[in-house]
Parts: sequence; structure tokens; C-alpha cells
Amino acid sequence: MSFGILEFLKSLIDLTVFDYMRGVWGDQRFVEPVLDLIGALVVSTFCLLIVIFLIWLERKVIARMQDRIGPNRVGGKFGLLQTVADVLKLLSKEMITPAAADWWPYNLAPLLIVIASLLMWAVLPFAPGVLGVDLNIGLFYVLAVSSISVVSLLLAGWGSNNKYALLGAYRSIAQLVSYEVPMILSLLVPILLASSMSTIDIINAQTVPFILVVPISALIFFISALAETGRTPFDLLEADSEIVAGFHIEYGGMKFGMFFLAEFIGTLFMSGLFATVYLGGYRLFGLEEFVTGGGWALGRLLGLVVFFIKMFAVYFVFIWVRGTLPRFRIDQMLNFNWKFLVPLTLALVLMVAVVEKLPFMASLGDVSRAGVHLFANLLLGLVTLEILRRFARKQRMAQEEKLAARAAVNSGSEPGNLAPEAVAAH
Amino acid sequence: MGNPILFLILAAVAVIAAVMMVRSRNAIYSALFLVLNFVTIAVLYLILNAPFIAMVQITVYAGAIMVLFLFVIMLLGAEKLQGFEESSKGQLWIAAFLAVVLIATFAVALIQGDPSSSGAVAGLDSSPSNLGLHLFKAYVFPFELTGVLLLAAMIGVVVLSRNSAKRGKDA
Repeated sequence: MSFGILEFLKSLIDLTVFDYMRGVWGDQRFVEPVLDLIGALVVSTFCLLIVIFLIWLERKVIARMQDRIGPNRVGGKFGLLQTVADVLKLLSKEMITPAAADWWPYNLAPLLIVIASLLMWAVLPFAPGVLGVDLNIGLFYVLAVSSISVVSLLLAGWGSNNKYALLGAYRSIAQLVSYEVPMILSLLVPILLASSMSTIDIINAQTVPFILVVPISALIFFISALAETGRTPFDLLEADSEIVAGFHIEYGGMKFGMFFLAEFIGTLFMSGLFATVYLGGYRLFGLEEFVTGGGWALGRLLGLVVFFIKMFAVYFVFIWVRGTLPRFRIDQMLNFNWKFLVPLTLALVLMVAVVEKLPFMASLGDVSRAGVHLFANLLLGLVTLEILRRFARKQRMAQEEKLAARAAVNSGSEPGNLAPEAVAAH
Repeated sequence: MGNPILFLILAAVAVIAAVMMVRSRNAIYSALFLVLNFVTIAVLYLILNAPFIAMVQITVYAGAIMVLFLFVIMLLGAEKLQGFEESSKGQLWIAAFLAVVLIATFAVALIQGDPSSSGAVAGLDSSPSNLGLHLFKAYVFPFELTGVLLLAAMIGVVVLSRNSAKRGKDA
């Protein structure tokens, strides 16, 4: 085992570090497990550390949207070290387990939720050839692992022995289990188009990014990703103003920090997944093939940069939505899911499957096939909007009739003069 | 069959989780041990080169069904039920007898069966597309039958909940 700095530098140009290590160590039995371990460590550490930056970014962007300055004291003019200080504060706090709490569920929940959010990164490709594993069930793996976090929320809510925590847990189960349905169904569309569940195959199938092929599926996935990560407008599970932080009300210090961490890692992962599945991942309109042709590390670097720009663009939209929309009510949240999103997604999956198998589709090229899909999607979108418009109109008419009838009864001889107090009283 | 040491560890965890599930006096703990058992079984499937089945195991059992279980237990407060001792004195003996019968059946199957057949199973192509082809070609009748069965259960739920809602209004 030798370590030549020159060879190492050379390896950076035409190989990655891993290829270099394989070259140095040869084909011994321990090489692959050790490299896998290093890879897992690097990815998880990256995820844990980038949260520090994400929190700073979110506070800063939200502050700008609300016409504030945001953190600007710790670490220079831009408050860059604010989150570092916050993390140190969280770490130095005492670890408390409430006397009435159930020890095992209470302490297991924060660990489980972070583990679940880290495990998902295994199938996300950062650059050509830079990913944990290329499972042939990639997207399904993500959905399976994310369902573990539901158990963890339930454990936290019940183990805390607090009514607000339990209420928060009920809400979160109702929300997460419901929104898993449109999420799985909307992911079925890219799976259908790529005829594979592997993340690499899906990226390779995107000559045209899928957001331009099936925009409705992308929109539904984004909405259910918002709900699955519990962010505004779907933050009913922690709703500070109603159930004072929900399932993690009894947690303090770093145990609370773990839930926070998992939320941010989950959101970033969902952005990454959106970038991979709908924006073409590390692809840049064919430019990457020009650079990565020889398997160069520089080409991989370009892929990495492209992927990160896409991921953070999606992440910015997440923050943007949070800065814009108010919170849903729980009945609105469930109605929206079961009476609107699920039927729409089912119709979309059926439609895409039928369009994909139309007799003339096989003879078309990638771009024209994408055009046909886009046309079908826009048609479905228009039909949906029309149905919504009619439904809303019917509701509005019924409401107006009701109000008119009441006003006529109340004001007696003066039906034309609608007293606002009388309307408000009802 | 992968690494025998790994298999032994996982098998031990699965068996211990199963025993603890039965032994535990708290319904929540029982459900949690069952989740652990399901996840261990899923890892066993992974070792057997069947990642799709493993993920189905996690999503459907550990994710959906167990969450529903936990949800109902917590909503009903069933974990606080006091004094649910064994319902009959002979239960333990019957259970022990049945366990012995089950183990004996396994032993007979292992001794008489062809030991090479398990290797053939591990070597099969377990990709989702292959699985789908098998489901919709060779096993299409049982598959559709299961679909009808599940649909019947779903319609049953809708009908039942609708009736109870009406009764609630009348009262």
C-alpha cells in the first residue's frame, strides 16, 4: 500500500478518489465494504452539515420576503455563523427525559427519524457514477424508507405522554399516510415513461426533462412532497399556534434538534429527488456527455454542480412557498388530498399509460413523443380546471341563494337593502 | 445465501423480537416488536437477492399496517387495559404443543426436501419487471382474485361507515 501524491493528483483528473483507492488496494475482499462505508459516511456527514447552511439560508430568505434583515450579528454582516451558534447551544443543553414519558419510545423516536431521512440518500445520484447504489427498485426504496419516519412520529407523540404531542402525532399520521398515496401515484408516471424504477435509468430516459413532459405529475409530486416533509402550508403536524409544536413539544436540546435536522434533510432530499426525477438530475441538455465521455473526474464535477444548482433551485421554491402561503385547516388538507389529488393522479397515471401505448408513439422520436405527452397533460389540466370552475360556481350560487333568502326574511319590506350586520350574524 | 453469520444474527433478532412481542404486557411494545420483526425479515429478503419483496415488506407491513395498528391502539387507549391475563389456563400448553408440531413439520420438510432447491430460488431474477411479468402471466388468476377480494373489503368499509354515520344523525 503506497500513497503517491502525484498519482493522487493525476487520479483527480481522470478518475475519482474511489477509482484511485481501488487501484492502490487491488481486488482484496475488504476493499468494497470499506469504500462503501466511506461513501456512506461522506454522504451522511454532508447531509448533517449542510443543514447548518440550509437553516441559515431559510432564515435569510424568509426574512427578505417579509421585509426583514434576518440573522446579521454572529459571524459578520450576513450572520453566517448564527446557525453554528444555535447548534452549539442545542448541543450544550441538558438531555431531559420527562418523568411521565415512556423511556424507550421517547428516546428512540429522534434517532429513528434521522436514520430514516439519511437512508433515503442512498439512491440519489449526485453526478454520473456518484451514488450509493443503483437499485433496480430505487424510487420504491425511497418510499419504503420514508414510511419508517411515520412510525417514529407516532412513537414521539405517544411516548411523550402529552395530549398536544398525541394530537400532533394523530395529525401527522393522517397527513403523511394520506399524502403518500398521491406521491407514489405521481412517481408512477416517470417510472412508466422510463420503464424502470432505478434513479439512473430515469435520468437516462430524460432527453427532455420530465417536467416538460408531464408537468401535472411534477406539480402533484411537489405538493405531496410539501405535505410529506410537513412544511407550510402543510405544517399542521407542528402548528405552533394551535398545538404548540405538536409531536415534539416535550423534546428539548439536541433531541428536539434531531427532529429539526430530519425535517431539513428530508426537505433537501425531496428537492434532490424532484431534480432527479423531473429536472434530469445531473444532465445539462447533453453537455455532460461531451465532458464525461472519457469518465473524467472533471465531467463528474460538472454533473455535481449542475445537480446542486437544480436541487437548490427546487429548495428555494420550498422556502418561497413557506414565505407565501398560510396554513391549511385539517379538514381542508384531507379533502384536498382524497377528493382532488388522488382522483386527479389516478386519471393522470391511466392517461399517461394509454398515451404511451398509442399505436403511432413507437415510430416517433423522443422529442415528439414528449410533445404528445405534454399536449395530453395540458388537456387534462384544462379539463380539471373546468370541473373545478363548475364546482366552485355551483357552491357560490348555493351560498348566494342562501344569503339572499335569509336577507329577505330578515329585512322584511326592504329586500334590496342588505344589512351587513344581518349577514354577519349568520 | 449470503453470509451465514449475518443470517444467524438476523434470525436471532427476528426470533427474539417475535418472542418479546408475545411476552410484552404493553400493546404498544408488542406492536413495536412486531415492526422490528418485519424489518428483520425484510433484511433477510435483501440477503436472498429479493430487494423488491423486501421493500414491499417494509412499506406494506412496517409502514402501513403497523402504523394503522399503532394508531388504533393509541386512539383506543388499549395499552392501558389492566389485567389481561391468559384467557384460559390451558392456553400455554396448547401453544407449546402447536409450536412443537410446527417445528416438527419444518424439520421433516428440511430433511426430506431437496437442499439444492433453495439455491435455485436465490439465483432467480427478482427484478420488478420480471416479478410483474410472472404476476400478470402465470399467476394472473390468483392476482385478479386478490384484487376483487380487496375491492370487496374496501366497499364493505364504505358501506359500514356510511350506515353508522346515518345512525348517528338519527340518534
